[in-house]
Amino acid sequence: MGEFGIGQPVRRKEDVRLLTGGGQFTDDIDLEAQVYAAFVRSPHANAKILAIDTLAARSMEGVIAVYTGQDLVDAGMGVMVNEANYVNRSGKPMNKPSRRIMPVEQTRFVGECLAMVVADTPEQARDAAEAVEIDYDVLPAIASTARGLDKDAPHVWPEFGENLVVHWEYGDKDDVEAKLAACHTRVKVDLVNNRLIVSPMEPRCAAAEYDTASGALTVYTPSQGGRRLQMMLARGLLKMAPEKVRVISRDTGGGFGIRSKMYPETVMVAFAARTLARPVKWRGDRSETFVSDYHGRDQINVAEMGLDAHGRASVLKVETLLNVGAYLSENGVRLPMEGGGRIIPCMYDIPDFYFSVKPMFTNTICTDTYRGAGRPEANYIMERLMDAGAQALGLSREEIRRRNFITEAQMPYKTHLGFVLDSGDFDGTMQMALDAADWTGFETRRAESATRGNLRGIGLATFIEGAGSRPIEGMRMRFEANGEVTLFAGTYSHGQGHDTVYAQLVNEFLGVDFDKVTLIDGDTATSPETSNGTFGSRSSMVGGIGVKRAAEAIVAKGRKIAAHLLQTDAERVVFEGGVFRAQSSSITLAEVAAASHDAKKMPEGMALGLDESVVYENDVENFPNGAHICELEIDPETGILEILNYVAVDDCGVVLNPFIVHGQVYGGVMQGVGQALTENVVYDADGQLLSASYMDYGMPRAAHMPMIEALFNVVPAKTNELGVKGAGEAGACGAPPAILSAVGDALSRLGVSHIDMPLTPEKVWRAIQEARVVTAA
Amino acid sequence: MDIDVKMTVNGKAVSGKVEARTLLVQFIREHLRLTGTHVGCDTTQCGCCVVHVDGVAMKSCTMLAVQAEGKAITTIEGLASADGTLHPMQQAFRDHHGLQCGFCTPGMVMMGVDIANRLPGADEKTVRHQLEGNICRCTGYQGIVEAIMDASAVMNAARS
Repeated sequence: MGEFGIGQPVRRKEDVRLLTGGGQFTDDIDLEAQVYAAFVRSPHANAKILAIDTLAARSMEGVIAVYTGQDLVDAGMGVMVNEANYVNRSGKPMNKPSRRIMPVEQTRFVGECLAMVVADTPEQARDAAEAVEIDYDVLPAIASTARGLDKDAPHVWPEFGENLVVHWEYGDKDDVEAKLAACHTRVKVDLVNNRLIVSPMEPRCAAAEYDTASGALTVYTPSQGGRRLQMMLARGLLKMAPEKVRVISRDTGGGFGIRSKMYPETVMVAFAARTLARPVKWRGDRSETFVSDYHGRDQINVAEMGLDAHGRASVLKVETLLNVGAYLSENGVRLPMEGGGRIIPCMYDIPDFYFSVKPMFTNTICTDTYRGAGRPEANYIMERLMDAGAQALGLSREEIRRRNFITEAQMPYKTHLGFVLDSGDFDGTMQMALDAADWTGFETRRAESATRGNLRGIGLATFIEGAGSRPIEGMRMRFEANGEVTLFAGTYSHGQGHDTVYAQLVNEFLGVDFDKVTLIDGDTATSPETSNGTFGSRSSMVGGIGVKRAAEAIVAKGRKIAAHLLQTDAERVVFEGGVFRAQSSSITLAEVAAASHDAKKMPEGMALGLDESVVYENDVENFPNGAHICELEIDPETGILEILNYVAVDDCGVVLNPFIVHGQVYGGVMQGVGQALTENVVYDADGQLLSASYMDYGMPRAAHMPMIEALFNVVPAKTNELGVKGAGEAGACGAPPAILSAVGDALSRLGVSHIDMPLTPEKVWRAIQEARVVTAA
Repeated sequence: MDIDVKMTVNGKAVSGKVEARTLLVQFIREHLRLTGTHVGCDTTQCGCCVVHVDGVAMKSCTMLAVQAEGKAITTIEGLASADGTLHPMQQAFRDHHGLQCGFCTPGMVMMGVDIANRLPGADEKTVRHQLEGNICRCTGYQGIVEAIMDASAVMNAARS
């Protein structure tokens, strides 16, 4: 409806507050008479804990309490949850260790919380934390994904006799191998999907207060929606009634998947506040978040694809190693199967498929969901294979994709793991990208770069996503007496602009002024009972349609009130553009809303107010997809790589606000650029994290990024009534393979056949030098 | 041992007692309760804490409060006009979607003003290079770079 409705590039409601210092991040919240927590963290990747001596710390000035893992056991605290339940084909269940909030007998990664100090000031808490003495029996550790399943690798959990969590398989290995052997052409890739530090800019933080009289606990923490955290805290960890636990996130400085998780520090802060009956606050240092926030990715994939002489792929074998870290985080172990697995073999129709996943324990912090959560890895595998196939058969990279795409005529198309792709114009989307990037004119530009001694390459990646996971979510819409609208959501905006987009939807469906809509989220006291939060690019569907359904419920009730006021039957009342009409008479929704608060104007027996709660539920997710093209130049003398042009064409269905969706694309691409070019988590052989600060870890800066040209090929989803497909994670899927494809294009003429992410100048330079040596020999 | 400090913050004279080790950012956030200036790291890399000290961008995590004695500090809260009109840099960040979660934003805006002041008419490459000390994880920097270039032009026009 006009300039504020669906599809309009509306400027964000959130911005003025955040641009003027008015944000309220957790560390900005001070509680009356709060005290401060600091944590004692393990310096060893694997060690028996022989003794923890807290005596000296307890006697220091300002120290209020010191807690160890044993104190939590004694207090009857629960353990961290993991709901995964995979089974080996032999029938043996997965190895599933219990994770205590803080361990008692053994520590299994550097940075693990082993004790907590509470003191009057942050400085006193830190000083006392340093005075906690722990005796360790240091044991050999394993951090490497490549070596984690070696026979001589130390066992993270000796009771299992192996580091393997489970060997999960899909398909018939023997049959697929026989079919591969019979193919005209086979291509194989051996890929490292590098481990990443997620690093939302707001360091992790928690504050909690407990009201002894009512037994109510309030926890402030950055999150991606509080309801799940509330339930975990109440039921599993603190063993309280859920209604006595309130989780509040006012502003959250980025999430990217890892902020949806429960962390030991949050539980400890809540525990201490309850135990001491005093408000307790902790703000993590960035160095603490490097070692204790969940990491992303960390897979090794060996994949093989069989094709016929025309480049038509028919057989695929993928064998994946996944490093889950020392414990099972909430979702980490699921990512190859339920993250990437729902889409693999991605955009391609490949009938025969064998998929093996071996998650393993190592002495590292757990991995878990990070932007894309399994789908970037799956797309990376398929795109590297397609490029390899093109090269093997002398086909162009776009042509081999074209020959293997699932077509619209094949949809709805059931993927191997049982998900159904409803819509997508993969060839058309790719063609848009090829046209926008002037793909066919590239050789002229390559020649121009060559005159300057530089190697220019162009790369293509097509990808598909699965978005809108766990599609059930509540929404409440309430009209105030003054005609303003308040939305209460369990989805939670931590950068995505929900305040703006939901207000656009209210404007679209009800004609209410954009400025008169307020979103309340990030508080379990007001969010709908049924709520999962914001992750997996789900809010456009589950939140957006929640708004739509709530608006419909408002209209349904409003129609009855309007009929009563207009003295007609509700069936005769039509709602359009914010006005109820019946023949020649009419009444605005704002007038109906005002009347709804006046018992004298309401139909008999009808509850006062316009205040409707709905639960949106869908059986299926949605499948955003796209084609990205990257053009870059490499200086062979230094290995320095510069992205010159980047085109992103995305099909994220109906675009609710292109201004905001473009922002999601740019941000996702940047995180993919980071993975491809600069980012890499490095643990040494003893499990010490070497890339533990922004000085040591290559977080992408502004100079790594080009201006991205973002375009849409809008193919509405057929499986939800807004036609939306999630937009948040696509960039992180498209960028790594597009960049690798471009580097492959630039270097393949030198004979460089393989290079792994991240493509640091050193790595690129070495690859070039080695190829030159081989060529010269 | 507490030390007395006096400085001007957002045009107002302020004073306080601080420990010698108190950082300027702690003084701003914890003593003055101006929480728009953020702490995003502990190694002077992220730029979330950038303020202006005597008109020059400074990472307030890298300066002691006592070093700001007598100086004029501007934080994100002091950038807009008293009537609420946004500074051209703030307006440009809004117009170009230069922020998503908003955590790096105050530092980015203060750095952007500094870049526009020092290097009027800076090109895209220069702006990107100048942002080396400011990390954003949401925006891909695209809106930030566009905003700084746009606001720089507006500020330049206002000066001439």
